[in-house]
Amino acid sequence: MSIKRRATGALLAAILSTTAFHGAFAADDTIKVGILHSLSGTMAISETTLKDAMLMLIEEQNKKGGLLGKKLEAVVVDPASDWPLFAEKARELVSVDKVSAVFGCWTSVSRKSVLPVFEELNSILFYPVQYEGEESQRNVFYTGAAPNQQAIPAVDYLMANEGVERWVLAGTDYVYPRTTNKILEAYLKSKGVAAEDIMINYTPFGHSDWQTIVSDIKKFGSAGKKTAVVSTINGDANVPFYKELGNQGVKAEDIPVVAFSVGEEELAGLDTGPLVGHLAAWNYFQSVDNPANAEFIKTWQAFTKNDKRVTNDPMEAHYIGFNMWLKAVEKAGTTDTDAVLDAMIGVSVPNLSGGYSTMMPNHHITKPVLIGEIQTDGQFETVWETPGLVVGDEWSDFLPDSKDLIADWRKPMECGNFNVATGKCGGKGS
Amino acid sequence: MHARLIHRFLQCLLVAFCVMVTMLATDLRAADDLRAMVNALGGGNFQQSQKQVEALAKTGDPKIVPALEALSEGDLYQRKTDGTVFIVKPAGSNFMLIDALTGDTAGEEAKAALEKIKVNNGLRRTIRAALGGLTLMSPETGVRLQAANTILRTPSADALDGLDTVLAAETDGAVRAVLEKARAASVLVSDLPVDEKKAAVATVVETGGRDSLSLLSSALATADESLRPDIEAGIKQIEDRQALWAAGQNIWYGLSLGSVLLLAAIGLAITFGVMGIINMAHGEMVMLGAYTTFVVQQIIRTSFPGLFDWSLAIALPLAFIVTGVVGLAIERGIIRFLYGRPLETLLATWGVSLILQQAVRSIFGPTNQEVGNPSWMSGAFDLGGMTITWNRMWIIVFSLAVFAFLLFLLKKTPMGLQMRAVTQNRRMASSMGIKTPWVDALTFALGSGIAGIAGVALSQIDNVSPNLGQGYIIDSFIVVVFGGVGNLWGTLVGAFTLGILNKFLEPYAGAVLGKILVLVLIILFIQKRPRGLFALKGRAVEA
Repeated sequence: MSIKRRATGALLAAILSTTAFHGAFAADDTIKVGILHSLSGTMAISETTLKDAMLMLIEEQNKKGGLLGKKLEAVVVDPASDWPLFAEKARELVSVDKVSAVFGCWTSVSRKSVLPVFEELNSILFYPVQYEGEESQRNVFYTGAAPNQQAIPAVDYLMANEGVERWVLAGTDYVYPRTTNKILEAYLKSKGVAAEDIMINYTPFGHSDWQTIVSDIKKFGSAGKKTAVVSTINGDANVPFYKELGNQGVKAEDIPVVAFSVGEEELAGLDTGPLVGHLAAWNYFQSVDNPANAEFIKTWQAFTKNDKRVTNDPMEAHYIGFNMWLKAVEKAGTTDTDAVLDAMIGVSVPNLSGGYSTMMPNHHITKPVLIGEIQTDGQFETVWETPGLVVGDEWSDFLPDSKDLIADWRKPMECGNFNVATGKCGGKGS
Repeated sequence: MHARLIHRFLQCLLVAFCVMVTMLATDLRAADDLRAMVNALGGGNFQQSQKQVEALAKTGDPKIVPALEALSEGDLYQRKTDGTVFIVKPAGSNFMLIDALTGDTAGEEAKAALEKIKVNNGLRRTIRAALGGLTLMSPETGVRLQAANTILRTPSADALDGLDTVLAAETDGAVRAVLEKARAASVLVSDLPVDEKKAAVATVVETGGRDSLSLLSSALATADESLRPDIEAGIKQIEDRQALWAAGQNIWYGLSLGSVLLLAAIGLAITFGVMGIINMAHGEMVMLGAYTTFVVQQIIRTSFPGLFDWSLAIALPLAFIVTGVVGLAIERGIIRFLYGRPLETLLATWGVSLILQQAVRSIFGPTNQEVGNPSWMSGAFDLGGMTITWNRMWIIVFSLAVFAFLLFLLKKTPMGLQMRAVTQNRRMASSMGIKTPWVDALTFALGSGIAGIAGVALSQIDNVSPNLGQGYIIDSFIVVVFGGVGNLWGTLVGAFTLGILNKFLEPYAGAVLGKILVLVLIILFIQKRPRGLFALKGRAVEA
């Protein structure tokens, strides 16, 4: 028995070493790209799609001849919605698999968990999801929206076009909604909204019993002023929330809900009939009508072999980030981290909403902001968009701690939190 | 005398004739005008469309109702070549065109040749107000009621004259009540004398409800000094009345949450409570039940769309069978080797739960699946000052029905007798000729099957995703332990107590803190009474 076991062990070791050797050998004629998205656990619902999107982008690029004359090779790992595991898997990607760049993370807590790894090993992370801001790191490129590219324009829209005077800020209880709501609260107060006209409400992840909260919202909305809900509710909790809204008869014409985390993918699990007119703010909608987007949707549906498969905003962020990385590597002529970090700033690539996005010195990108209303077919229809592109503002101007901070990763400043009041690098977030 | 009458008659006839001729002429011109106005709905921005809708509403012509309804639904399109506006219906890959005014079909057109007239919330509101004015004279009571409600929500002084005429002719009590309230609301925003307004405030206060509160609050902002006390008193009166209803509403929400907990826990009350197996895969049985519902609805959608309202009734037995069989397989394949080793059972069933989750994720994908509500489970009705949603009400009824069924099964059938015998004294039961291994297997299958039908109900209010079960497993264990292990009644009382407790804490403490408080209270309670609310006495406890 023990001999047999030892033999199997040896055999296994042999197989492992050959594959490891093979891997090392193959590394010479391919450029490796790491994909760090949860494929199991609670976040799999959102992140699996991004993994597939990355695989598609890499496959498409290889069809075009790869990069620097080499083929691209995707290395997929599964951090299983487990935040510390994100750091371990990131370390594995960079030091074992020797990837040139990593595309990944969804929740802010997973991003925070991998930051030290990327800093220590000096590698590159592309982060594709809208987030709360208050961060700019040398090794990270933020291709999702900062609060001023999503939350603030949405509130402006509701104020100007719907005449909203009373606000419910409802969110899931974690860092992104809390910071965003703090920024929004400060912003609304700066616009003259009284404290009693703002109601803030937090719920746990996966909250499923929305009866009390929806009835509270109805009550809050019956004070004779136009009321709207700004929702930073995340993930699974959205479906029961919208179902309850529909059942209790909260119509978009009376109390519109504008959401920052509800996209085409989330609506796929819902009958959107009763939700028509509720809003979402994003930088991209699948319904955006232009040739680049049509091509992207066609390729995506062919890649997934599903002609009903929807696209969403974080996918577009990966599309932009990936193309920016390709361009920067070509510009630098190497995948060496420092060279690529330098080459990235100022790179400009087409986005899918019909314009160009540029990487700014603060490692955030320029994007248009779109406000869309939910339609019966589960798509959004753009009802408003910013006239031009909006530059991502990493340090919010509406929070006392961060209003003096800026980030600029160009030489000679090279600082993620430069305080313009004191003229020194460092401060909050250092 | 006679001659004069005839003269008067002729005069009338002449006037009538003249009126008819002018009406006919204006009618023809109006039709052309209407057509032009409807066509002008397209092509502009939202503000322009809004002005057009208002202009259309001013004509007061009921012929524009279908066009406005279609615009609100997003079914109004403009032909790119000549700018004509049509109502469209999908016909294959093309659109079927319907004339916006006459309702006649006007051929088909490729989708690319038409442009949708966009609509947003502001435009929808304008349309709703316009339709309210136009449909107030409709012969159907339901339509009139809806129209009256619309005017109530958008009161304006302009509507007063129209309302007075309609009120004089209205016979239906319900519509009359809403109309009177709408009239009072319109009086409040008009510049009529204070006395009339006071009467209006009284009318609004009398009918009560949340919309009244909203009307009075907005009236208060612009009210005259002499009117202020009246409105303030009215608001206070309504708020007092509502506070009472709010308590009732809270109890209802608590019962509803309790019924969900009961459904999730009742299967566990059998596997854990009666058999003593710590089954971590219980939540996944609920999830499998929900996916069975999804598959059934999927088949119905593609093959038998007429049966959609029956989908849940069809899914119930199927879910019971599917999860029952899976439960049986788990018991025969894994658990029977682990009786008496709770730690290993816990680990093994936890492994099973991960396998089931990932299997479902691989087969159906990680995203949510859409499970629709049948029409009888959608919407809500008002009971006094409470809003009761149909789906929650049916779930309460259903959970109690499942409970009664289980109680009957355990107390009144031979199978239940055997189950109880085996759990109370295994060796004695065995020596009386009961095949204990099979009773174990069937009991476990029953518990799993009940979890499956709970999944059918939960698919109506929650996400159908591979993670569905995880959200319920902890709560289920808490309910069973709190209620008293091995006692079905304990599970019932435990579920409803926790539900109501949770809902009474939530408004004060918030959802997050409320949940924590409930957990703390349970920990304290278990310290005091380790066996839960209804402790089981007898040999089973010692075994």
